[in-house]
Amino acid sequence: MSAIVRVRNLSRVFDVSKPWLNRVIERLPKARLRAVDDVSFEIEENACYALVGESGSGKSTIGKMVVGLLPPSQGSVEVMGVDLATEPEGERRVEVRANLQMIFQDPYASLNPRWKVRDIVAEPAVAQGKATDGLAEALLEKVGLSAVDAGKYPHEFSGGQRQRICIARALAGEPKVIICDEPTSALDVSVQSQVLNLMSDLRADLGLSYLFISHDLTVVRHMADTIGVLYLGALIEEAPRDRLFEDPKHPYTQMLFEAAPKMDAFGREIDPPKGEIPNPIDPPSGCPFHPRCPIAVDRCSVDRPELRWIGSTRVACHLAE
Amino acid sequence: MTDPVLSVQGLTVEIPGRRGILRPVDDVSFDIAAGEILGVVGESGAGKSMTGNAVIGLLDPPARISAGQVMLKGEPIHTTKGDAIRRIRGKRMGMIFQDPLTSLNPLLTIGDQLTETILQHLDVSEPEARRRAMTALDDVGIPAVEDRIDSYPHQFSGGMRQRVVIALALCAEPEVVIADEPTTALDVSVQAQVLALLKRLCREKGLAVMLITHDMGVIAETADRVAVMYAGRMAELGPVRDVVTVAHHPYTAGLMASTPDASRGEARLRQIPGSMPRLGNLPAGCPFHPRCDRVGEKCRHDPRPDLSVDGGRAACWFPLTEKAET
Amino acid sequence: MTDTPDHRPPEMQARPSRLRRAWESDFIYSFTRSPVAMVSAFVVVVLVLGAVFAPLIAPYDPFNPASLNLMNGFTPPGTANQFTGDVFVMGSDDQGRDVFSTILYGMRISLFVGFAAVLLAMTIGVTLGLIAAYVGGWVETIIMRIADVQLTFPAILVAMLIFGIAQGITPPEYRDQVAIWVLILAIGLSDWVQFARVVRGATLVEKNREYVQAARLVGRSGNAIMLRHILPNVLNPVLVIATISLALAIIAEATLSFLGVGAPPTKPSLGTLIRIGQEFMFSGEWWILIFPSATLLALALSINLLGDWLRDALNPKLRA
Repeated sequence: MSAIVRVRNLSRVFDVSKPWLNRVIERLPKARLRAVDDVSFEIEENACYALVGESGSGKSTIGKMVVGLLPPSQGSVEVMGVDLATEPEGERRVEVRANLQMIFQDPYASLNPRWKVRDIVAEPAVAQGKATDGLAEALLEKVGLSAVDAGKYPHEFSGGQRQRICIARALAGEPKVIICDEPTSALDVSVQSQVLNLMSDLRADLGLSYLFISHDLTVVRHMADTIGVLYLGALIEEAPRDRLFEDPKHPYTQMLFEAAPKMDAFGREIDPPKGEIPNPIDPPSGCPFHPRCPIAVDRCSVDRPELRWIGSTRVACHLAE
Repeated sequence: MTDPVLSVQGLTVEIPGRRGILRPVDDVSFDIAAGEILGVVGESGAGKSMTGNAVIGLLDPPARISAGQVMLKGEPIHTTKGDAIRRIRGKRMGMIFQDPLTSLNPLLTIGDQLTETILQHLDVSEPEARRRAMTALDDVGIPAVEDRIDSYPHQFSGGMRQRVVIALALCAEPEVVIADEPTTALDVSVQAQVLALLKRLCREKGLAVMLITHDMGVIAETADRVAVMYAGRMAELGPVRDVVTVAHHPYTAGLMASTPDASRGEARLRQIPGSMPRLGNLPAGCPFHPRCDRVGEKCRHDPRPDLSVDGGRAACWFPLTEKAET
Repeated sequence: MTDTPDHRPPEMQARPSRLRRAWESDFIYSFTRSPVAMVSAFVVVVLVLGAVFAPLIAPYDPFNPASLNLMNGFTPPGTANQFTGDVFVMGSDDQGRDVFSTILYGMRISLFVGFAAVLLAMTIGVTLGLIAAYVGGWVETIIMRIADVQLTFPAILVAMLIFGIAQGITPPEYRDQVAIWVLILAIGLSDWVQFARVVRGATLVEKNREYVQAARLVGRSGNAIMLRHILPNVLNPVLVIATISLALAIIAEATLSFLGVGAPPTKPSLGTLIRIGQEFMFSGEWWILIFPSATLLALALSINLLGDWLRDALNPKLRA
């Protein structure tokens, strides 16, 4: 297997300063938010790579940079061996970019309410100048809707059905990789399972690869082959699925697993995790997790740990072994 | 068990609409005892929030309680109106909403908001009210209360804000607390903190808590008993351990089976086909029958079942009585 | 592929005809539940039809000098003229013109100028608003600063200024012919700002919605996204403003004509008629003033009330 997407040292800085005049009057420096900090990973062909993290972990920003909705501040995204930021040939860039599609979190906002489903689904093909006769109908049937639905408007569908339409639209571009940004977090559980099953089927049938972005550990555990855990914009642990869940190395990963509600834990009395995610504008020194870490030592507040290999796990912690 | 603090019998909410009367809550009954957490679980549109609002008297017209009763310590409150219900609402029943930002006034310090609520409902002096406000904040685990009591809501993080909302709901020492998706807007690690806090306060203060959520995992960990709602009706009601281990209603079973669980190690998730019917368009018979894999003739044609057909446990003609093989 | 049987409610499986769906839509429902909207719509329709079919309805042709008889001057409404025996429903003016007919013809001018001016304002405003919000940067700054500056002057002043300049550069012999078009230009240019502001606001919201991101992602051009995706979704507020602007434009036209800088007396609009009428207010010939004024009032008020209702009906927040 070879990597279809290579993300190298990806960083993104947002300028979150107050307006210029306020800064002058209040004598404030420019405020910068490092939303994504030096993240590298690879997505194998026909694999599902998941990024998990809580709010502010930068997972959605990474998704947007991979798909090209946001330019990276530093680093590169390489798709099928082509670096999209530096590739000089415009045509090649368009061609490679067409292999990336995205499914968004909110199935209500991601479909133009004034368009018929037929036009929505066929839009990627229209943009690529391909024939669209019967395309929407065929794709709708592929995602478990019926061809008749092509003539309807989005508001006639439920949340789960809308997400199917979004998937059909993504497929119309004949992508190799689909970036899924919290594709089921707006859906009810019973509908979520329908959509997840559909995504698994499509991956098997069409040889798709997924970059799956989610905060939900149970969903990630079901879908992913490899999982990267993000904290404050940085990748702090990455491992194959089973290995990560059986033997989490990073204290943050351990805390996340411990805190997640479990079906079989009746009246469980856990010692809830300490503290909250720090303000990303003013992140802690050293290891970003050290103020909340139960095993932190002096070194953690000074020295920022690099990712290092332990078996098949990559972990950024001084103490993990 | 002692007498229930909150007793809801046959509660029905109606919304007169253009295409007929909708019943977002239909014949719902449950009790909550002191120190007990009742989890109310269901998907969007199941009527769980509407039930909570009806109990505390916060229905927006034209929605109204058309039948049934809500009793607080044996005293009916569903007919109470105006000032009287407002007094009960702040004093004897508290409410915690999903979004902590919108339930706090951004222009008042949290100390002022707490003190005001306490003065309104308890007969205490102003310094005493402030002292109690500090205790309330301390109770919900806000560190350095002295320094933070005069801060504004935006100066708190999401989790801390939800703690303040809980303090606000509890500061007048209510008997019942209704928590409507209190952790949905929070991250996993903070959710665990808030749930642990809710459990502790419930036990320490002998509160009757109605915890409304869509997350079966939250219910399993936090609640003592669980009520599963579907299309405005009660589908199943029972002790949480029983319901989670052997669900009687096929909907409950399906709901849990569709939650991904690695311990089952399956390649495909179980799925309930279709989606919840719209209120204006409920099927005849059992409202779940078009999606049910155990459906029989009785389900399609007989009047819809209530909990009594399965000894008060599940509203199903053919309840599952042993653990379904996975 | 998927083993999901489709359990949609029957209402979604069989589809009623387009007409039937339109009739059952919330929009029509809200209309039939609002007496104010229905009465206003009725008044507007009657007046517009009257203006459109003026040549068929009007008993006299007020602009044909051959048909005028000065003996008919100042005939009170509904009574026979003492010299000619002619009867005028709303009386006649100083030159013996039938007031009812002049109102019908005057309304044609007023409505034409109103509609055309709003169309112009809307085209300019929507285009600039869309571009400002979508392109951003210095383009946005320039457009919106111009809008702000214009907004600090009363619209009627701006219109008078434009009217004056345009009249000044037109040779005198053409002035009466182009007066109507100059009027449209003046009112249209004085009114684009609110369209631009509203469209810019709505576009800023829409352009961050995920469906726009999805369109960017598949490589649609900026133009396609603006015109095909965003524009249809910002038209609701535009429609509301256009309706209310129509009432304002008709009044602006009347004001200009009343001040004598608008429609020429040879092609009188409602405003011109009111100006003529007010000369006779205190000499007892009230009908020459009152009937055109009442028509203007009814027209502007009905359109305005219709606009108010439209705003409520299109506001998703107010929908039950």
